[in-house]
Amino acid sequence: MFYREAGQFKTSYDADSQIFPIRQDRIGVALMLAVAFVVVPLVATPYVFSAILIPFLIFALAALGLNILTGYAGQISLGTAAFMAVGAFASYNFVLRIPGIPLLVAFVLGGLCAAAVGILFGLPSLRIRGFYLAASTLATQFFVVWCLTKIPWLTNNSSSGVITAQKLEMFGYAFESPASKYLLVLCIVLVLALAAKNMVRCSIGRSWMAIRDMDVAAEVIGFRPMRTKLTAFAISSFYCGVAGALYAYAYLGTVEPEAYNLDLSFRILFMVMIGGMGSILGSFLGAAFIILLPIFLSQFAHGFGLPNSIASNLEAMVFGALIIFFLIVEPHGLARLWQIGKEKLRLWPFPH
Amino acid sequence: MAIAARKSGDVILELSNISLSFGGVKALTDISFDVREHEIRAIIGPNGAGKSSMLNVINGVYRPQQGAIRFHGEVRTDMNTHDAARYGIARTFQNIALFKGMSVLDNIMTGRNLMMKATFIEQAIYFGRARREEMEHRRRVEQIIDFLEIQHIRKTPVGRLPYGLQKRVELARALAAEPKMLLLDEPMAGMNVEEKQDMCRFVLDTNDQFGTTIVLIEHDMGVVMDISDRVVVLDYGKKIGDGTPEEIRANPAVISAYLGTVH
Repeated sequence: MFYREAGQFKTSYDADSQIFPIRQDRIGVALMLAVAFVVVPLVATPYVFSAILIPFLIFALAALGLNILTGYAGQISLGTAAFMAVGAFASYNFVLRIPGIPLLVAFVLGGLCAAAVGILFGLPSLRIRGFYLAASTLATQFFVVWCLTKIPWLTNNSSSGVITAQKLEMFGYAFESPASKYLLVLCIVLVLALAAKNMVRCSIGRSWMAIRDMDVAAEVIGFRPMRTKLTAFAISSFYCGVAGALYAYAYLGTVEPEAYNLDLSFRILFMVMIGGMGSILGSFLGAAFIILLPIFLSQFAHGFGLPNSIASNLEAMVFGALIIFFLIVEPHGLARLWQIGKEKLRLWPFPH
Repeated sequence: MAIAARKSGDVILELSNISLSFGGVKALTDISFDVREHEIRAIIGPNGAGKSSMLNVINGVYRPQQGAIRFHGEVRTDMNTHDAARYGIARTFQNIALFKGMSVLDNIMTGRNLMMKATFIEQAIYFGRARREEMEHRRRVEQIIDFLEIQHIRKTPVGRLPYGLQKRVELARALAAEPKMLLLDEPMAGMNVEEKQDMCRFVLDTNDQFGTTIVLIEHDMGVVMDISDRVVVLDYGKKIGDGTPEEIRANPAVISAYLGTVH
């Protein structure tokens, strides 16, 4: 009843290609931003910041990176955690070895290193696709972790391979409290998400989707498959690299290469699958599902006063069942559910 | 306005002695023909005659083992898809090859990718040249949408459209590139009479209004004889006839290929 675009006429192509063409959406987004920037820092506890919100945002960024590659460009990758590791360890080394480098620049450079590694390991995608490509991106995963454990220089000769991220300082301000870290991560994630949205609605995004949907036709129309696939790998890895750096600097603090293992890659792949392939919003929904649901479930289980062992097993079972449920109900992910909901809402409550 | 007798111009595409084989299978054997500017050139032949392979040779999807292609003032032994697109060869496919996950508008916009110059960074911040280009090309795309009468579906994902409309969107995507030459692979396959009439009208209008040269594969002989200026007939990868529709109709080799001979 209230969610309708009736009466909102677009008189220019510019107005018609806005990210949120419907006024109600724009108001909703503005409200969400206000909550995220103003209300949350006022009410959230340090636990909520550092155990829920910060990891949620970082994983959403990583999922967004993978979504560019897998959801938009159609190249399955199991190397996400490796690209994150490259971003984190590269940033660490830049800060360590170039005194006085601004941290933000180090993050960007870390992201660029991840992009370079992404291009390198994206080369097989020119020849192989689907599951075979997934298997070949597994190589990234093992190779990067192996490098980080075997080459002591990368971890500054730390005997166990563990690095401690330097202090999070930018513009002369130390981000020490969880709330300030949260705001920093939120800003970076929002800027990158906006950039991703812009790319996918422009020519480069169309080239990715064209290669994904019908590669021969894309080629005939003038897209170059090699360039398209490799830019997708590069940009996706850049996003993952920045997410990895944030994972080390704003969330964990102390990291070992093994923190970026295959398990993490799979988690991010699940976020993309559950959230929705080829959807920016889906990356956020997927990350929320995978991060928040287990927390809710454990709170819920504790509420019933179940013994710990039973509660944790029950949690895993319910979580698994929910994943299967959502994949059966809507294989295109939560983002599609949201979209269907919006379409229904336009006609509600008078569907005729 | 009476349709003026169409004048075809000079030869703009010339194929000489093209042979193409896949392993031991000869798809095309020693085929030569030319296409004149602004004409509608039909390629016909029974199933498996090598018609689609011929189009694939013209726009570089297949590379022939022998022969020469002259286009854009340049003689070469094979095309590659990117050069073909750059020179202004667009095509549609026999089995619709739209980008299923994208809207009609986005599909048609992909046709203009070669004219977009903004770098990905400009696109990421969606400012200046990237935004200007989007708007400019959107304007051109809207003209094509008007031309093909698909305004009502511009935001629909193409996967949800019926077959006839998908064919039309595919034509729109090809036209968006403002091609010099348009290769149509069975644009009317699987359509009913009305849809065929519509499609014929669009093909003729394209040829008329934009001056696009059209190379067309079609099985409906009525359509072919009505709209094409010259026809090439292929059978088992060989050329068995070439000429105006009247000549083709009277050609005994063509009749025997289509109807069989008395033994």
